[in-house]
Amino acid sequence: MGIKGMKKGEFNDNESLELLKESGTNVLLTTIDDVINWGRKNSLWPLTFATSCCGIEMMATGAPRHDFARFGMEVYRASPRQADVIVVAGTIVNKMAPVLKRLYDQMSEPKYVVAMGACAISGGPFFLNSYTVIKGVEHVIPVDVYIPGCPPRPEALLYGMLQLQRMIETESIKSRKARNISHNEE
Amino acid sequence: MNKPELIQFVKTLAPDCEAKEGKQYAEALVPGESLHDLAGKLKENEESLFDFLVCITGVDYGKELGCIYQLRSTKYSHNLILKVKTSDRENPNFDSLTDLWKSADFLEREVYDLLGIKFNNHPDLRRLFLDNSWGFPLRKDYVDDVNIVTK
Amino acid sequence: MEEPVIAKAINEEEEYVINMGPQHPSTHGVLRLVVSLKGEIVKNVEPHLGYIHRGIEKMCESITYPQIIHLTDRMDYLSAHINNEAVCLAVEKATETEIPDRIKVIRTIMAELTRIQSHQLFWASFGMDLGGLTCFFYGLRDREKVLDIWEETCGSRMLVSYNCPGGLMFDLHPNFQKSVKDFIKYFRKKLPEYDQLLTGNVIFRERTVGIGKLSLEDAISYGITGPTGRASGFSCDVRKHEPYSAYDRVKFNEILFSEGDTFHRYYSRILEMKESMDILEQLIDNIPEGPFAVKMKPIIKLPEGEYYQRVETARGELGVYILSDGNKNPLRVKFRSPNFVNLGVLNHISKNFKIADLVAISGSLDLIIPDIDR
Repeated sequence: MGIKGMKKGEFNDNESLELLKESGTNVLLTTIDDVINWGRKNSLWPLTFATSCCGIEMMATGAPRHDFARFGMEVYRASPRQADVIVVAGTIVNKMAPVLKRLYDQMSEPKYVVAMGACAISGGPFFLNSYTVIKGVEHVIPVDVYIPGCPPRPEALLYGMLQLQRMIETESIKSRKARNISHNEE
Repeated sequence: MNKPELIQFVKTLAPDCEAKEGKQYAEALVPGESLHDLAGKLKENEESLFDFLVCITGVDYGKELGCIYQLRSTKYSHNLILKVKTSDRENPNFDSLTDLWKSADFLEREVYDLLGIKFNNHPDLRRLFLDNSWGFPLRKDYVDDVNIVTK
Repeated sequence: MEEPVIAKAINEEEEYVINMGPQHPSTHGVLRLVVSLKGEIVKNVEPHLGYIHRGIEKMCESITYPQIIHLTDRMDYLSAHINNEAVCLAVEKATETEIPDRIKVIRTIMAELTRIQSHQLFWASFGMDLGGLTCFFYGLRDREKVLDIWEETCGSRMLVSYNCPGGLMFDLHPNFQKSVKDFIKYFRKKLPEYDQLLTGNVIFRERTVGIGKLSLEDAISYGITGPTGRASGFSCDVRKHEPYSAYDRVKFNEILFSEGDTFHRYYSRILEMKESMDILEQLIDNIPEGPFAVKMKPIIKLPEGEYYQRVETARGELGVYILSDGNKNPLRVKFRSPNFVNLGVLNHISKNFKIADLVAISGSLDLIIPDIDR
């Protein structure tokens, strides 16, 4: 496979990515993939989804000091059909999990998931002794990027979104199809 | 009214309750059947005028289940605690106070949801946070091996 | 499997039921409202809760008292310092620990900063709900200044857990007094901008004056506290009735109105921000010297009995009830949360208004949903 068909597991650090891009590959497929990925990564529109405290830090990232919109996340869309990425900010409990799954199913391809905060990664401060908290949102929907912190600083959220953009940059049409099939089987 | 006066007042209204001075507020342990009457009298009476229900707390004492009502008067600024207990764990029930204080609506639904105590004459007693297939989590004998992780 | 829940009280044939679901841009969190409408008029609103119920009260029965502080942070996260203060005061009252003056003054300063930043966020999101997106940017821009002060002294922007039983976690940063004074000077100039944008705006007044009236008797009967209750004339400020920490040595006014509509619920928060700045000015120059923490035992055990404590958060009266049987874990901890009781009045005051007014009313009640569900 050329550099554009990189498996998710091989995307480990940024230096190897830069190196691989410079070494060049098949010209025609590269150009189409490049254009598509450039368009996708620079205009990721998130869904308004925040359950608890991390939602305030997400709002603060959209505020004037650490501006979200300069990276392309211009507007928050309220309807899942119009959104590209869902940033799960906050704890997910047993009653909310079917709702989250339904929202994820309603989003149209290509879609990405970012788990923000300790509660979404693994249950966070509520891991022990709680009877309703789901220990990590990956039990419900497949996750692309994890952002640790309780709550993560706005700079951390921006770094996570930039990592997501780099991940999108290295996708090709073939690997995207394979990923869709594997997600729909879960 | 201060604490000793409140205790006297409650004893005159309901002789079958045990009223005593707690560390912070005056307390009265009331049998379940006379709760509604006593609460109504405390609310209407001109000397006490308890028109603000602060909170209803459900407690599992180990063998008994109980409710703690904290009442306050906005005019005289005195507080009173009413307690009711029952040792019936299968089907505990008390009278509802929604006709006296409207804030009791949600507060009693929460106690029913988490402890299983039913309130008679409640307009709409449904579970609030959890659904019908859960047990009653705040009881001491609630066991949930699937969800709860302990060290 | 949950049975389908249908809204009660569908009286006439032309009514239909819609669902403002858990994921909604203007319900401020995961609140599900099942609204039965006739045309555009709201006939019945029924909240469904539990979408963020994490079982905090049950968790508190298996952890120690200093660990409860970290959980109270996450209940009403915009009044985090005040929630922590409530549990600390209850534990200190129970163990009969004397708290030096310096700690009391610093706790009060932090509480008033909390109140200001919470009302700033309320203003930002209330304006955004009604359509004025500029308010979001102005409000959050000014809120960042308070978060900078906290980051310097306490180490984090939100969810700080700065109070602990026995005092504070760290001492103040040397720049603290200067930063707070600069903030007060800056914000006093910016507050008239808030009035220019929203308070005198014709569209805003049309949408809020006379909408969702709550009378005084209803406010007392439903147990409404906080700025929502004070806008209806209910004098319920815990800082005046049962002063704690350093509130007995500062002078401030309690903001009371008698109309009880959406506009006055909004305006009482703007005036409360001014009062908070007055309190800060009285305290910031006279912080007494002393230790920043009193030595408590490594394992805190409360004597047997029950302990109550109430504080005034930015949204109302928070009550903490601890029942202890002498061990290091409490037997029962109960939080009387202001938002849970305030939600009970939503059905009553939004009857016969339009559905756009429902958004304005629920925004003016200033609900934080994780505090409702705990």
